[in-house]
Amino acid sequence: MNSIILQIASRYVRWLLLIFAVIALLRGHNYPGGGFIGGLLAGLSIVFEGFAYSPRYALDKLKFSPAGFIATGLILIMASFLPGVLTGGKLMTGTWVSLPFLFDWEVKLGTPLLFDTGIFFAVTGVTLLFFFSLKQDKQWK
Amino acid sequence: MQRVLLIYLLFAPALLWLPERIKKQRALLFALVQLGVFAYFITRIPLLSEVPLIREVTQWIPGIGLDLEFTLDGLSMIFSLLISGIGALVFLYARAYMKNYRNTGRFYFFLFLFSGAMLGLVLSGNLIQLFIFWELTTFLSFMLINFFHEKEASRNAAFQSLFITGFGGLSLLTGIILLGKVVDSYSVSEWILRASEIRESPAYLPGLILILIGVMTKSAQFPFHFWLPGAMEAPAPVSSYLHSATMVKAGFFLLARLNPVLGGTTEWTFIIPLVGVVTMLTGSYFAITRTDLKSILAYTTINALGILILLMGIDTKLSVKAALLFLFVHAFYKASLFMIAGMIEKKTGTREIGLLGGLVRYMPFTFLITVLVAFSMAGLPPMLGFLGKELIYEAKVQLPGIGALILVLGVVSNVLMVAVSLLFIYRIFLGKGDSMPRIPDEKGFLLLLGPGILALLSLFLGLFPGLLGSTLVQSALAVVHAEGVEVKLKLWHGFNEVFMLSVMTVVLGVGLFLLMLRKKVIQERWNNLNQRIFYIQLTRVFTAALDQFVRFSERKTRVLQHGYHRYYILTIILFAALLIWLQIFVTRGWVIETGFSLQPFYISGLVLLIILSTIFSAVSNSRLTSIIALGVSGYGISLIYLYYSAIDLAITQILVETLIVVMFVLVLQRLPRFARLSSRLTKIRDLAVALIFGSVMTLLALKAIRLEFSAPISDFFLTNSYSGAFGRNVVNVILVDFRALDTLGEVVVLTVSAFGVSMLLRKNNSEK
Repeated sequence: MNSIILQIASRYVRWLLLIFAVIALLRGHNYPGGGFIGGLLAGLSIVFEGFAYSPRYALDKLKFSPAGFIATGLILIMASFLPGVLTGGKLMTGTWVSLPFLFDWEVKLGTPLLFDTGIFFAVTGVTLLFFFSLKQDKQWK
Repeated sequence: MQRVLLIYLLFAPALLWLPERIKKQRALLFALVQLGVFAYFITRIPLLSEVPLIREVTQWIPGIGLDLEFTLDGLSMIFSLLISGIGALVFLYARAYMKNYRNTGRFYFFLFLFSGAMLGLVLSGNLIQLFIFWELTTFLSFMLINFFHEKEASRNAAFQSLFITGFGGLSLLTGIILLGKVVDSYSVSEWILRASEIRESPAYLPGLILILIGVMTKSAQFPFHFWLPGAMEAPAPVSSYLHSATMVKAGFFLLARLNPVLGGTTEWTFIIPLVGVVTMLTGSYFAITRTDLKSILAYTTINALGILILLMGIDTKLSVKAALLFLFVHAFYKASLFMIAGMIEKKTGTREIGLLGGLVRYMPFTFLITVLVAFSMAGLPPMLGFLGKELIYEAKVQLPGIGALILVLGVVSNVLMVAVSLLFIYRIFLGKGDSMPRIPDEKGFLLLLGPGILALLSLFLGLFPGLLGSTLVQSALAVVHAEGVEVKLKLWHGFNEVFMLSVMTVVLGVGLFLLMLRKKVIQERWNNLNQRIFYIQLTRVFTAALDQFVRFSERKTRVLQHGYHRYYILTIILFAALLIWLQIFVTRGWVIETGFSLQPFYISGLVLLIILSTIFSAVSNSRLTSIIALGVSGYGISLIYLYYSAIDLAITQILVETLIVVMFVLVLQRLPRFARLSSRLTKIRDLAVALIFGSVMTLLALKAIRLEFSAPISDFFLTNSYSGAFGRNVVNVILVDFRALDTLGEVVVLTVSAFGVSMLLRKNNSEK
């Protein structure tokens, strides 16, 4: 399938999906969204590109391999456990810091966000791993 | 003590990285370390006469109340001295013996670790810890027997010993846990304190038997004895160290250690002597008919182990005392005899006693040493062995009732041992031997050093037995048998019953020896007779049973692991349905939600659409339409989520449905043309299974709505979501904070399945 329409569309849709994915991840704590949804969206953005061009092309454009995404995700998840332990709580205790932002707003950063980011990466990786192992070394006809 | 053990643990691997030049001398280094440890224990002897025991406790696993506990008392002192002392001699001997073999580094490594593990075993004050060291010695024994692993016989022997002692180890662990549950502790001192509780509990007899099985396998008691002669495939240093002086005594050690707890009951004094007597007779009977040097020694070891266990079982002060003394006697003579046997094998190239003879011309010193230690084995004066035998007779004479039978059998066994010892000396060193593969010499000072020292010790301690009795045996006896008794060891006891028994034993033994010497025919006839009576060889029974077991598991695996994916899924689904059904059935009564209210028409329409599309996907004739129909039902479900304001669920469902359709489309390409292959019957079966599972799930859902076990946790989540976890999206807060561990588990499952899919498909690719 060499559809020029799909290929041109994918250039924009890919970024759109990725931006949505990040938004879903960031707003997840207060509004519908979260790491799992974000991860699926991010995965889909690359899957879309794989359909439009070829899986090989999409895979080559990635900086990490799908397994690398999963590893990053798991490492982030593990890292999110550490602050709780270091500040004297039990493993996985949520820890929060408030950072001043523009004007009078504050940004609350916490380990749950780190955890969610880990899930984001892991889910992206899993989606990609499924996709690329199904489509490996096969050109889209 | 802990530091001493640490030396073993650290020193052994450290030596692997030494420069080549020092590496060649590592046997000497190891011997030096052993000697140092020996000296350390010697210096602790005076301390023991002041305090009953030295204890070192380190916290280990506080969660289950386990501490690393090392105790040094009289009993462990005796064993520690034997382990480190004989260990030093064995390393010196091994340096000369192992000179021309490959992989000696590995050999020394394991041998050294073994002495550490053995020391750990005898110093353990905690039974779980003791068990770990026990298993370590089993494993290291396996590695050492397997040293000549190119030979099939070695591999078989090693496996056999591992299998049998490993089985015993498991049994021992079960026994320990069983009895440990009674007093809720695994510390020996705690067990001793609450001994009566253990003895009166119903777990006592099964616990005792289980522990006893462990003891019997380790100490090569009948009917588990056959691994020991097999273990003679190991190099001579191993035989003289593990399989005579130390490891096989571990069973006896455990009995002695637990005697204050488990001993003194009728069960103890009935079962254990029985085992001991049978083993004793088996050992001495087979020893006399064997023709392989090391095999003879192995059976005499079995005999000695039988005697030790028997004495422990009789459980009188005198018998324990005799056993402790005999421990020394046997360790001295058997370690040196094994070393001599190894030396003879090395020098002449054979172990077959028929080929040997007249060695006294070539090896006079060896002859002298052999005479000394063989006399000790026969229990002839003035050796230490004489003393041991006297004491054993004395202990047996004092026994009431069944003691008479034990005494008679003991005499029979000793008569055989006298004959074996004399035959051993005569056939190897005197007699005629012109068919040796090589003419031996006596070069190699280190080969003779070990046996020489041990022989002199046997002689010296035989002449001055007070040295042993006053301190060592005395303090050990106090540990094993609570009431202290004066231990007096003398060479000459005067003309009494015991002395008469001794004389009788020697006379009969010498008579048997002369008879067997005069008439070679007797030996042959005896062998023939044996083969006819004992045509069932335990080794063969063992192998056959193992083969049967393997065949059985193969057959069983073929039935259970058929490899048909559809049947696996069928099994899983049906079983899950059964479990859920059982749970629904037993939980509370049958209050099923009945208050159905009418939903708006668009929701009812949606539900109808979902049902229809599901049915359509099942009956459709095209895969593509089938998948799209599945997608329709999926999106429909997400709409229902949306309607009931579960927006996170809805989004996730939509995304997952999209992905599933995409993946399915990808898979479609790889599938063969669509065809209906299932028979009518298969379809009916699948339908039935689907209906069963579906209805069980429906029932579960209907029942779950009305069930409330406790206050629902959702209120907690709702109130704490923002105040505690700073999140307004409760679902997300649950996922990433309240229930983060569950989420982690889910991510791991996802990861594993993704890698699984990746691997499976990769394999398919490479096959194409």
